Amino acid sequence: MTLDAEIRLVRDDFALDIELQIAPGTTTALLGPNGAGKSTVVDALSGLLPIDQGHIKLAGRALDDPTGHANDSGKAVFVLPRHRRIGVVFQRYLLFDHLSVAGNIGFGAHTGSAGAWISRLGLEALAHRFPRDLSGGEAQRVALARAFAIEPELLLLDEPLAALDVSTRSATRRTLARHLANYAGPRLLITHDPTDAFLLADQIVVIENGRPTQLGTPDQIRQRPATPWISALAGTNLMRGIISDGSIKLDDHDFVLAAADRTLNGAVLVTVHPNAVALHEAQPHGSPRNAWRTTVAAIEPLGDTTRISLGAPLPIMVDITPASTAALGLRVGSPIWASVKATEVGLTPSDD
Amino acid sequence: MNRNGVTPRAPWQLVGLALVAAALFVIPIVGLFSRAPWRRLPKLLASDLVTDALTLSLVTSIVAAALATVFGVPLAWLLARGTFRGRGLLRAVVTLPMVLPPVVGGAALLFALGRRGIIGETIDNLTGFVLPFSIWGVIIANVFVAMPFLVITVESALANLDPGYERAASTLGASPLRIFWRVTMPMIAPSLRAGIVLAWARALGEFGATVTFAGNLQGRTQTLPLAVYVSLESDRDSAIAISMVLIVVSMTVLVVLRDRWWSRT
Repeated sequence: MTLDAEIRLVRDDFALDIELQIAPGTTTALLGPNGAGKSTVVDALSGLLPIDQGHIKLAGRALDDPTGHANDSGKAVFVLPRHRRIGVVFQRYLLFDHLSVAGNIGFGAHTGSAGAWISRLGLEALAHRFPRDLSGGEAQRVALARAFAIEPELLLLDEPLAALDVSTRSATRRTLARHLANYAGPRLLITHDPTDAFLLADQIVVIENGRPTQLGTPDQIRQRPATPWISALAGTNLMRGIISDGSIKLDDHDFVLAAADRTLNGAVLVTVHPNAVALHEAQPHGSPRNAWRTTVAAIEPLGDTTRISLGAPLPIMVDITPASTAALGLRVGSPIWASVKATEVGLTPSDD
Repeated sequence: MNRNGVTPRAPWQLVGLALVAAALFVIPIVGLFSRAPWRRLPKLLASDLVTDALTLSLVTSIVAAALATVFGVPLAWLLARGTFRGRGLLRAVVTLPMVLPPVVGGAALLFALGRRGIIGETIDNLTGFVLPFSIWGVIIANVFVAMPFLVITVESALANLDPGYERAASTLGASPLRIFWRVTMPMIAPSLRAGIVLAWARALGEFGATVTFAGNLQGRTQTLPLAVYVSLESDRDSAIAISMVLIVVSMTVLVVLRDRWWSRT
C-alpha cells in the first residue's frame, strides 16, 4: 500500500504540478497557503477531478492514468471515486445530518464492520446521537471512523483541525495522532497550519502556487525554510519542556525560559517566533526576562529578512532586517546578546 | 421588540395601507362565513353534487401530486445539477404555468392532447382513448399547473445543498442512485414535503385549465372549484358550503406547512 502520484493539471488560470510518494504507515503533510492548490490535490486523488498528465497509483493499482504509461494495459485509466478506496476526512467533516453516528459510520462500511470502528474510536456512547449534537472533536472522530470503515488504501485528511476552535485543537490533535498511528496505510494530511504538519507528519511537502517548493522532514523544513512563506509561518522555533510557576526547563537544552503564564504546570510545547527574538550588542536593559549571551552560528538571507541561527546555550532562529544585521556587524561566530519577552513565549500543553 | 431592543415606530401611512391590504383578505372570508347556512350545512355537504366533486377532487389532486413528484423531482434534479445547453430556457418553460393564465394552459393542452390535437389524434387513432373530458384530463390539467411549484421548491433546495455531501458519499463507495436515495433525498426532505403539499394544494384549487381541457361534467370532471362556480348560479348555499370546505382545507395546509416544515428548513 504505497501512494505514488504525479499530478499535473490545468484548470482556468491555475496549473498544478506535484509529485507525492507516501509509504505505508507514514504521514505526509501537504503544507501550503490558501490558494496553493491543496484542495485541487484532494479532488484529483479522490477522483472528483481527472488529471491531465502524470498518474495516480495506489497499492500498485492505477487510479488515474490519462496517458496509459503507468499501467500494464497501456490504455488510459480513470477509476471513479466510489471505486478508489480512499478514506477522506473532509474539512467540515460533511457528516450526514439525517443519519445517526452509527448510520454515518455504517454508510460505506463493509457489512458488520461499523460496530468495530465505533468501539475502536471510542464512540459507543455517541452511536445513537446525530451530527448536530456532536462537538467539533467528536464530529472529527466520527468522520475518521467513517473513513476507516471502508478499509481504505489511503487516508486523506483535508484540514482535519481547521474547523475546531483553538481551545480543543491540541487535545484533538493528540487523539488524531494516536488514531493515525494505528492505521497501516499511507496517510496524506492537507493543511495550511505548520503546527499540524510538524506534529503529525513524518514528511512535509510545501506547496505554493501549484508547485512543491520544499520537501523534507519537519526538522529540515523548520531549520532551513526555503521560501519566505515557510520562513514566516513554518520557521517558528519549537521546543519541548516542563513548566512550573512560569519557568520552563527545556528538554533538549540546558536552558530555562520564562513565560508569562504562571498557571500552567507540566509538559509543554514551546514556540518562539523568529520575529520575537531581539539581538543586542550588549546586555539589554529593561523588561525582557529572557536575555542571554550567545554567538551567531549561521547567517542566511531570506528575501527581505535575514535569518540568524544562534549557537549554544539555546540554538534558535532569529529573523532581523538586513539593515540590522549590518548595523550589528554580525558575522558567523560574533558574540551577541539575545532577548525574548516572556509574553512572546507561546505555550501548548502536551502530555507526551 | 427587535434584536436591538428598540422597535421603530411604524409610519401611519404604511399602517393605513397595510390595513387596507389585510382587509382585502379578511373581509371576503368573514362575508362568506357570515352567509353560511349553518343549519343546512350537513345536508348540503352530503348532496350528490358535493360528494361527487369532493371525491373527484381528492382523487385527482392526490394522483396529480403523486405524478408531479415522480416526474418533477427528476426534472428539478436535472435543472439543478445538469450542465446541458438550454437549461435556462427549459427552466423558464417549466415555470411558465405559474404565471400563465390557467385557461391558456388548458387551451394549449387541448390543442396538444385533444381529439384533434397533435398527439391526441394519434392516441385516439391507435387506442380510441380520449384524454379531454375524462378523469385523466382533470389529472393532466392538475399536473400541468401544480408541478412547477414542486419543481421550483425542490430545485432551489438542491441548488442550496452543499455538493460536498454527495462527494463524501461517493468516496464512501456509494453509486449515484444510492447517493440520490440515501443522501440527496433525505437531506432535502423538508423542501420536498413542502413542494408536494404546495403542488397538491394548487391541484385541489385548480379551475381554469380543468374546465377548458376536461370540461365540467358532474361525477366525471366536475371538481370542487367547478362545483362552486356552477352552484353560484343555481344554489348559492351549496356554493358557500363547498367554499368553506376549500377554505378549511387550505388553512390546514398553511398551518401544517408553517409549523411542521417551513420553520425547520
